[in-house]
Amino acid sequence: MSGAKKSLLLHLGLIAILFALGFLLPVYHQGNLARILVLATYAIGYNVLFGYTGLLSLGHAMFFSAGMYGLGLAMHHGGVPAVPAFVIGVIASALLSAAVAVLALRTLGVAFMIVTLMFAQAGFLTILYFGAWTRGDEGFVLPQAVREVAGLDLTDPMTRYMTALLLFSAALLVTARMMQMRFGNVLVAVRENEERTTMLGYDVFKHKFVAVVISGTLSGAAGAAYGLLFGYVGATFASVQYSIFPLLWVLLGGAGTTIGPLVGAFFTFYLIDYASSLTSAYMLIVGLVLVLLILFARAGIMGEVRKRWAGWLP
Amino acid sequence: MDFGPYLLLASLEGAVGASVLALTALGLSLVFGVMRVVNVAHGEFFMLGAVIAWFVASQIGGQPALGFVAALIIAPLVVGGLAIVADRLVLKRVAYNPEATIVATIGMLYIIQQAALMTYGPDARPVEPPFNSRIAIPWFEFGEEGFEIYYPWGLSTTSYKLFVIAAAVVMLLGIWALLSRSKLGLLMRATQLDRETARAFGIPVERVYSLVFGFGAGLAALAAVLIVPIQQAHYLMGGDPLLLSFIVVILGGLGSLRGTLVAALLIGMSDGIISVFFSPTLAKIIATMLVALVLVFRPQGLFGKKAL
Repeated sequence: MSGAKKSLLLHLGLIAILFALGFLLPVYHQGNLARILVLATYAIGYNVLFGYTGLLSLGHAMFFSAGMYGLGLAMHHGGVPAVPAFVIGVIASALLSAAVAVLALRTLGVAFMIVTLMFAQAGFLTILYFGAWTRGDEGFVLPQAVREVAGLDLTDPMTRYMTALLLFSAALLVTARMMQMRFGNVLVAVRENEERTTMLGYDVFKHKFVAVVISGTLSGAAGAAYGLLFGYVGATFASVQYSIFPLLWVLLGGAGTTIGPLVGAFFTFYLIDYASSLTSAYMLIVGLVLVLLILFARAGIMGEVRKRWAGWLP
Repeated sequence: MDFGPYLLLASLEGAVGASVLALTALGLSLVFGVMRVVNVAHGEFFMLGAVIAWFVASQIGGQPALGFVAALIIAPLVVGGLAIVADRLVLKRVAYNPEATIVATIGMLYIIQQAALMTYGPDARPVEPPFNSRIAIPWFEFGEEGFEIYYPWGLSTTSYKLFVIAAAVVMLLGIWALLSRSKLGLLMRATQLDRETARAFGIPVERVYSLVFGFGAGLAALAAVLIVPIQQAHYLMGGDPLLLSFIVVILGGLGSLRGTLVAALLIGMSDGIISVFFSPTLAKIIATMLVALVLVFRPQGLFGKKAL
């Protein structure tokens, strides 16, 4: 079997298992998994930039929250129905990521990390500053009545789970396909050696720009979906913590692997869930895992699996 | 109060902030200059200094001055020691790779912050200042009876705030002397200039790195001990100094100590003044955007020569 076929089978198999789990899991874990699938979509977006293009952003929370607030503010203040509001959220994050890309891509390495961090911080503070509309830290709730699409109630656990799965599957299949195409290969080339890629005649800036926009838009779509499915929009989702999370998920799951983002989001979610039942200082886990990963397993879980047993793993 | 006295009051508050910020940012700048790594956990070393100051002061009790002086010595040493351990255990092993170091120090940030939450708890606690008398400041005006001096209501500072400014100036002079006049400073500057050549000349580069990392963290802790009688110790207090230090170090030019001092004065004063007259959030939005744009369009900083 060719690599492309194997990877398609793997992805379809994974989606089938997740579909079946929707019926098998008890409601509590079904709800958790729905959250994980949306967050994994965010991680897939982050992985496009960090895993494949080799650009480490510390400000992805601004894209996630641009999607979330684009949807939330449109629904809350504009009375826009769910689907157009989702589109507004996605467009908002696409525009923001294009603007950030133009500026931040002028820098390299550590400066890129700090610039994205600073932009995200400015975004977070802006949300707090316009507290009259965003209600700042406290955030606002989207009532059950408006969270419906074509007669389907998105607050119903099963509908919510399947919507999350739909979003995740679309993001997974699209990015996996993208990485098999020429465009994806150039991204990896940029990650491996930027100068050589330039020398081969590729427009590195253009590829990086598109990567930031795809990454930011996927993150924004995840943010909008999170607001829609779980009914809450708050400034926490724009804070530094939510820029660190996707980095942690992707590092843990395996940067530059297609299913790494899901694996990382899954383990982190349950690890934090377990830790917060023991102590209020559950973010300690995040710190420990980050340090241990960077010291001992930079490739992450799926990266190690690929290295040791399955070289074909996408 | 009139505008003049109000501005003077705001500038005084700004000067206190600026002197503490100068010490904190200098620590970050030294670490970046010599080791070429960005320490995201710097704000947590600051917080740790404040928390340890509270522990020491509450253990010693009695005369507040005694506890304060003890804290001033113990907190920077403990924090510096911890930083050296962290350097040996983590940073050295990732070979000071700039990107890996950022991720590792983000991890340290959460470890330190959450460890403080587990031991010290979520409350904000004050440390009693060693002395704290109120000093009224005179103001003048040319009224109907000609030139006169009077004491406007509310225009005052405390002896402790003046002490903070003086202490920071003395310490900054001390650091300058250490860097430019001592053997240790020479080793640091040699390492900063060219790591490979320094190694070739027998300078134990890795030990210099550990020392610089510890020294930078110690400076943050020292600044925190100075500020903790004015601002209470809290486990989340590291965020603001980290952000402001970043701003200062970037505006001043990464690794340029003189630029760091100038920028600390500028940012500390304007942060104090803008926060009094406008919204503090707006002041921070403007500052962070400014910094991001400086990094994009003038990566060597406003005063520095080296690019990141």
